[in-house]
Amino acid sequence: MVSIKNLHKKFGSQKVLDGLELEIKEKGIIAILGPNGSGKTTLIKSILGMVIPDKGTNKIDGKDIKNRWDYRQQLDYLPQIANFPGNLKVIELITMIKDLRGLPARDKELIDFFKIEHFLDKKLTKLSGGMKQKVNLVLCFMFDSPLIILDEPTSGLDPVSLLRLRKFIQQEKENGKTILITSHIMDFVEDVADRIIFLLEGKIYFDGTVNELKESTQEPDFEHAIAKLLTKEDV
Amino acid sequence: MFKIFKYSFFDLTRSSWSYVYFLFYLLLGMVLLFLNNDLNTAVITLMNVIIMLVPLIGTIFGVMYYYNSREFTELLLAQPVKRSSIFLGQYFGVAISLSISLVLGLGIPFAAYGLFKSPAIWDFVMLLVTGLFLTLIFSALAFNIALSNENKIKGFGYAILLWLFLAVIYDGLFLLSLVYFQEYPLDKFSLVATMFNPIDLSRILILLKLDISALLSYTGAVFKQFFGTSFGSIASISMLVLWVVLPLLRIAYVVRKKDF
Amino acid sequence: MERFLIFLSLLLFIPTLEAKEIVVCPGCEVSSIKQAVDLANNGDTIRIQKGLYKEHDIEIIGKSLTIIGENYPVIDAEMEGTAFRIKADNFSIEGLHIKNIGTSHTSDDAAILVSRSKNFSIKNNRLSNIFFGILLERSSEGDITGNKIRSKARSQANSGNGIHIWNSKDLTIENNDIQGVRDGIYLEFANQCDIINNICRENLRYGLHFMFSDHNKYLENLFENNGAGVAVMYSKFIEMERNLFRKNWGSASYGLLLKEITDATLKHNVFEDNTIAISADNTNRIDYIENDFLSNGYAVRIRGACYNNVFKRNNFLANSFDVAYTGNINENEFLGNYWSEYTGYDLNKDGIGDVPFRPVKLFSYLVNKTPEAIILLRSTFIGLLDFSEKVSPIFTPAELTDSQPLMQKIKW
Repeated sequence: MVSIKNLHKKFGSQKVLDGLELEIKEKGIIAILGPNGSGKTTLIKSILGMVIPDKGTNKIDGKDIKNRWDYRQQLDYLPQIANFPGNLKVIELITMIKDLRGLPARDKELIDFFKIEHFLDKKLTKLSGGMKQKVNLVLCFMFDSPLIILDEPTSGLDPVSLLRLRKFIQQEKENGKTILITSHIMDFVEDVADRIIFLLEGKIYFDGTVNELKESTQEPDFEHAIAKLLTKEDV
Repeated sequence: MFKIFKYSFFDLTRSSWSYVYFLFYLLLGMVLLFLNNDLNTAVITLMNVIIMLVPLIGTIFGVMYYYNSREFTELLLAQPVKRSSIFLGQYFGVAISLSISLVLGLGIPFAAYGLFKSPAIWDFVMLLVTGLFLTLIFSALAFNIALSNENKIKGFGYAILLWLFLAVIYDGLFLLSLVYFQEYPLDKFSLVATMFNPIDLSRILILLKLDISALLSYTGAVFKQFFGTSFGSIASISMLVLWVVLPLLRIAYVVRKKDF
Repeated sequence: MERFLIFLSLLLFIPTLEAKEIVVCPGCEVSSIKQAVDLANNGDTIRIQKGLYKEHDIEIIGKSLTIIGENYPVIDAEMEGTAFRIKADNFSIEGLHIKNIGTSHTSDDAAILVSRSKNFSIKNNRLSNIFFGILLERSSEGDITGNKIRSKARSQANSGNGIHIWNSKDLTIENNDIQGVRDGIYLEFANQCDIINNICRENLRYGLHFMFSDHNKYLENLFENNGAGVAVMYSKFIEMERNLFRKNWGSASYGLLLKEITDATLKHNVFEDNTIAISADNTNRIDYIENDFLSNGYAVRIRGACYNNVFKRNNFLANSFDVAYTGNINENEFLGNYWSEYTGYDLNKDGIGDVPFRPVKLFSYLVNKTPEAIILLRSTFIGLLDFSEKVSPIFTPAELTDSQPLMQKIKW
């Protein structure tokens, strides 16, 4: 599904991706973890085509994505910071994105699921962070694409919504989708992830399941295992 | 691209700035016409306003809109939309909404004044045409500046500087070089120098309508050919078109390579 | 034999008829104008009917004739010499179409040449493709009215004037329409002439030209698109009123060119779209009162040696330059005009601006020095320069101001 070979990216003098190789064939939930500045967001953005790599190829469904945009028809993305054009109402934003995609959407279902119908007529500037995140989620999941990329999906959500999100992600997984997630909330990751990809200095430092991670670090606790990955590097 | 344009445009029609701009021109047109009561002098004052303010407003509005719609842009970048469509769509959203404010804002008072029955209608049409060109050109230049500067403050700074340069400083340097090299034949030089500044170009286009009698006081054959025939208007308009097209091509080129 | 008979019959008639009428037409007994003129006596009328008459050098000497063309008979001089040469008092020529007067470098060939004549009228004729149209010398008390003169002058050296007057006086030149000659109307040593309601258009040099001609008036004429509208040179006491000067365009083009003239008044004239509306050189005691200057390149250009010229109650509207000035102030005065460029205020509401207006821009000096700079006209930078010069004049004469600029356009 996603096949990345020898990906390099520099921002100025700072190397962000350094010959990264990644192969995702399976369905399920893949968590991309790593310390700040390890290249998580850059990796995601290069899959999305928002960042243009200096070197390397990036294939989705076997096709190079360079200078193409149509593959995003089969891809959903949840940005980290839910900023929207402020002048629009929520419902207008949803209609607009539907209009842009031109695909059938399950927006009603999701509006219901995330309980946002009572502020559909509000302008986006008037919404709180959590409300915005819910809108963000609706926009992201609306199109039922086979590949979903979630950048910090939990940020700003109240516990009830968080539970609902988890449930939804599980549901999507069962529907046979590939979901890439970055998150700082480790128990969320531990709970949902089928595969952990740990990035460090622009390379994949660890690639395996939660259990494999615990085994290799000999830490029973997931959070500690992650911490150990980092300290090992420091040594 | 049309969809993006549509949303940018509607987004802007709700922004109070479009209305401020529109009302400003409406007020200006009314004051000029109904206090002054003379169409010819009103057209001249309007020309001064147009060659100063339209570029300034186009630049500031362009830069502002670019920076303010970053979120919108980000949202769109993840959608299955061509990159150049996103930016050109936004650009046309800004440029067209500014143009409409200009045309309506000035057109309404002039129409109410009975312009359509007056021979000054063509002067006025020329004013609007150059106003439209300047809007298109300077919003495109503003987009270029904003695309090349992530830093908002820097972007605004450069945009204002660009405006100041083209609106004032360029002509100062131009005049200096004319005075300094006055022993040499300068008519070709001065026509060419005009071509490189869209504000000067627009000014010349209006002068061809308003001040042709003064322009013809100069004896040079090159000037005479330029101002005395339709060659001047055709050359100026083609250059203005080029001034719109080139920055747009650069936008399309830059966004292909840019990271977001 | 036939001729003799006619002559005989005419002789017989003379005692009985005070004045007779001779009809000329191509098929008539009298088929040429020359013939008719020969036959005619003092006081006779020659009626020329419609037709083509290929004649030139028709001479009328000492006979007071009334020549009337019916439906514009065509007199074709076939590019050879003058059509009519007249030396007579009390004559009139009316309703003829005279054409094809050839260019000559040795003689001033004209459609109608009048010399040493008095009390005549040249009325409603059409002159086309001519060298000189109507040429008057040493004549007086004549009316030249309603003539339509058309030619296609190409160069000044090879063309003549529409109405050319030399050393004459007390003439009225009215309602003529002159197009395509060198000077529409030319006066040299002509005094006490009234030039009224003529149209001079597209003439190579001047619409109307005065040389050494005093005490003349020209009123209500239209001068459009000539090399220069009117040139008044070396003359005195000229009254210029209610004329319209339009679209006299070009690098050496003026609405009105004044050179070495004194004691003249300009009143209620309109200058519109001229490259230079008025250029004044060596003029003294000229009053410019209630004229409109509209959309000219330069409204008034004062060159050197102008004294005591007064501009009062004129409207200066949307000119590229209102006043360009060379030399000292020399008691020239601008007072109580309306300037559309004036941006001052009127706090006491008396209709007069509280701040004096400086009509001379620094830019006009720059353009004088570096003519190409005209391309920067109305640019913002030039606006700033002019503004700073207005605040503290350095290059322009400081005392050259209108201390009572009006707030409203003057209606006269």
